[in-house]
Amino acid sequence: MSILVTPTLAHYLVLGAILFAIAMAGIFINRRNVIIMLMSIELLLLSVNLNFIAFSRYLGDMQGQVFVFFILTVAAAESAIGLAILVLLFRNVGSIDVEDLDALKG
Amino acid sequence: MATQALYLIVPLAPLAAAIIVGLFGPKLGRSISHSLCIAGVAVSTVASFFVWRDIGGHTFNGDVYVWLQSGGLKLAIGFLIDPLTATMMLVVSFVSLMVHVYTIGYMADDPGYTRFFAYISLFTFSMLMLVMSNNFLQLFFGWEAVGLVSYLLIGFWYTRESAIYANLKAFLANRVGDFGFVLGIGLILAYFGTLDYAPVFARSKDFATATLPIGGSATWPLMTVICICLFIGAMGKSAQIPLHVWLPDSMEGPTPISALIHAATMVTAGIFMVARMSPLFELSDAALSFVTVIGATTALFMAFLGIVQNDIKRVIAYSTLSQLGYMTVALGVSAYSAAIFHLTTHAFFKALLFLCAGSVIIALHHEQDMRKMGGLAKYMRITRITAIIGSLALAGVPPFAGFFSKDSIIEATHFSTIPGHGYAYFAVTIGVFVTAFYSFRLLFLTFHGPERFARADHEEKSAHGTSSSAGGEPDAHHDEHERPKESPWVVTVPLILLAIPSVVVGWIYVEPMTIGSYFGSSIVVLPEHRAIAEMQAEWHGVEDFIRHGVLSLPFWLAIAGIVAAWYCYIVNPSLPARLQKMAGGLYTLLDNKYYFDKFNDWFFAGGARKLGATASNVGDRTIIDGWMVNGSARLVGWTSAVMRRLQTGYIYHYALSMVAGVVVMLWWWIWVVR
Repeated sequence: MSILVTPTLAHYLVLGAILFAIAMAGIFINRRNVIIMLMSIELLLLSVNLNFIAFSRYLGDMQGQVFVFFILTVAAAESAIGLAILVLLFRNVGSIDVEDLDALKG
Repeated sequence: MATQALYLIVPLAPLAAAIIVGLFGPKLGRSISHSLCIAGVAVSTVASFFVWRDIGGHTFNGDVYVWLQSGGLKLAIGFLIDPLTATMMLVVSFVSLMVHVYTIGYMADDPGYTRFFAYISLFTFSMLMLVMSNNFLQLFFGWEAVGLVSYLLIGFWYTRESAIYANLKAFLANRVGDFGFVLGIGLILAYFGTLDYAPVFARSKDFATATLPIGGSATWPLMTVICICLFIGAMGKSAQIPLHVWLPDSMEGPTPISALIHAATMVTAGIFMVARMSPLFELSDAALSFVTVIGATTALFMAFLGIVQNDIKRVIAYSTLSQLGYMTVALGVSAYSAAIFHLTTHAFFKALLFLCAGSVIIALHHEQDMRKMGGLAKYMRITRITAIIGSLALAGVPPFAGFFSKDSIIEATHFSTIPGHGYAYFAVTIGVFVTAFYSFRLLFLTFHGPERFARADHEEKSAHGTSSSAGGEPDAHHDEHERPKESPWVVTVPLILLAIPSVVVGWIYVEPMTIGSYFGSSIVVLPEHRAIAEMQAEWHGVEDFIRHGVLSLPFWLAIAGIVAAWYCYIVNPSLPARLQKMAGGLYTLLDNKYYFDKFNDWFFAGGARKLGATASNVGDRTIIDGWMVNGSARLVGWTSAVMRRLQTGYIYHYALSMVAGVVVMLWWWIWVVR
């Protein structure tokens, strides 16, 4: 009996959940860098994409995979905008340190 | 239909003049303005005369214009023309005409000349609307309109602080009265469902025993409440104790106004109103008794005040109060006809006296203090003779008009059985002595004795601001020391024309007006109120009335009053000062007018100010400003000081709270709602 079992839907969902949790932790625990925050957001989207594809395969429905393409497109646009904001942020504030970005503090 | 047009002309002619002169007076110039106003009032007088002459069979009651119809409520402008109305119309328009003419002389140098004419024409219109009304609403309109014009005219010289004080006082005192009046009208509307006189009077007997619930099972007799409420209105307008305080102060207005509004016509509106409401008042002995006592108190105690006044106009003002008290007593003892008769004669002789006083004031360059007059008899013959006629009529010496009307009232009081008539009889009888005393004191101080005016010339020159220059004497500036001289004809002619009715009206009309059927159905007296009926039973003609009057107490009291005044102010002029010292406390009481003004200032004005200060400090500053306005601001500040700690500014905190929110919502949906 091989150690390598055939991956089932549950495996993919667990992987997606783990990725999601890691990305969350990346957002919350990360105190250093806005770039890492952006990367974590990308990872959130990817974990969701994984869920879509897994369900798509499982249900034999192509709609899930079509959605993934849309999400990827939007994610690309979003990260482009996010990086642009980041550049401007650095120009204005002189820092991309998360601890320094507390202009909303009451 | 022709007569209806006549009725309309009576109030509208003065109104048209008032509007034109009021709006365009300064452009039209003085002579056109006064011509217009006098023409308006003259037309009204002539029309009134024809209406009055015609009145025998031609009573009229109808609406001219329906203003508003809402459900069962109809508000209309209408006329009720009956003998009572016609008499009032003639008196009002005639005295008004005299005062209009007189004003040309009195106000000659006043910058507000055209404004004054506009006001008095407007007053004439308002007063005519009041007396001609056939419903309570129009009565109230006229009531308030004359009050407004009175307010405007008391404060005519609006740069004088005392005038502004006086007109505010008049306004406030009248508000108190009007409040009662409105309550009375409201009760009538609530119970009768209409504001027209005719149906109210026709159905008044149905409500004779009706009661008014006042909470719980307690009730008040409806008619008594209505009548007392209405009479409170009359107390305000006709200046009865304790709402009389405004009338003496109203003498701040120009003298023609004192004559027209504050003596002859407007202040008698209350008397007229009660007489008009006789079908209602007859149903309540309690209200009549109240009226009697108030009237008697006013008649006697206000007369006393006339003795100690030194301002010539104030003496006549207190005399007016006292005479209004007489009329009120007559109303109270159900002698409505005697009250209206006295109203008529009083209108003539009191307007005459005021205009005489005005003539003296002109001659002495607006000096009003009687201590600075004296000896004017040889300079002002016409004024003096007419003043004597007025004073004799006021004192009640036959055959002058006042004798007949006043004696009728005293007789009626004597025969009355209403509770309080004994006190009233005592008050009006003693009042005769006092009346005679103060009116001849005025006469002697002004026209007789040593000349005291020369030394007064300088001090008072600028006392009256812009109006201080002497009216009627264009050359007054050149020779200030000139002897006083008779006023111009525009002043003396009204005096003479008013003196004539002051002499003859009593003689001619005592029989038809007081005991006869002159008023027909316009005045209702129940058979159990026997004052007038007793007089009818004892009536044996005018000559007999005079004979009887000469032999009775009031006449001798009047003579005694005249002799006492003559002794005190001509024979032995040092006596009054000695008496004044002897009477000490009494004099102080009179000099302070029974402390009514001080009490009102302390209790009502002071109380209102304290109440206002308390409301301002506690209600406004503490509760509204402190708790509500600043309090809510402080609450928001305090809450936000707590809440701002949550606002860290770190994105990951916000993201965490978002996730936490999602988790809570999921938990809610999955585990709780399901």
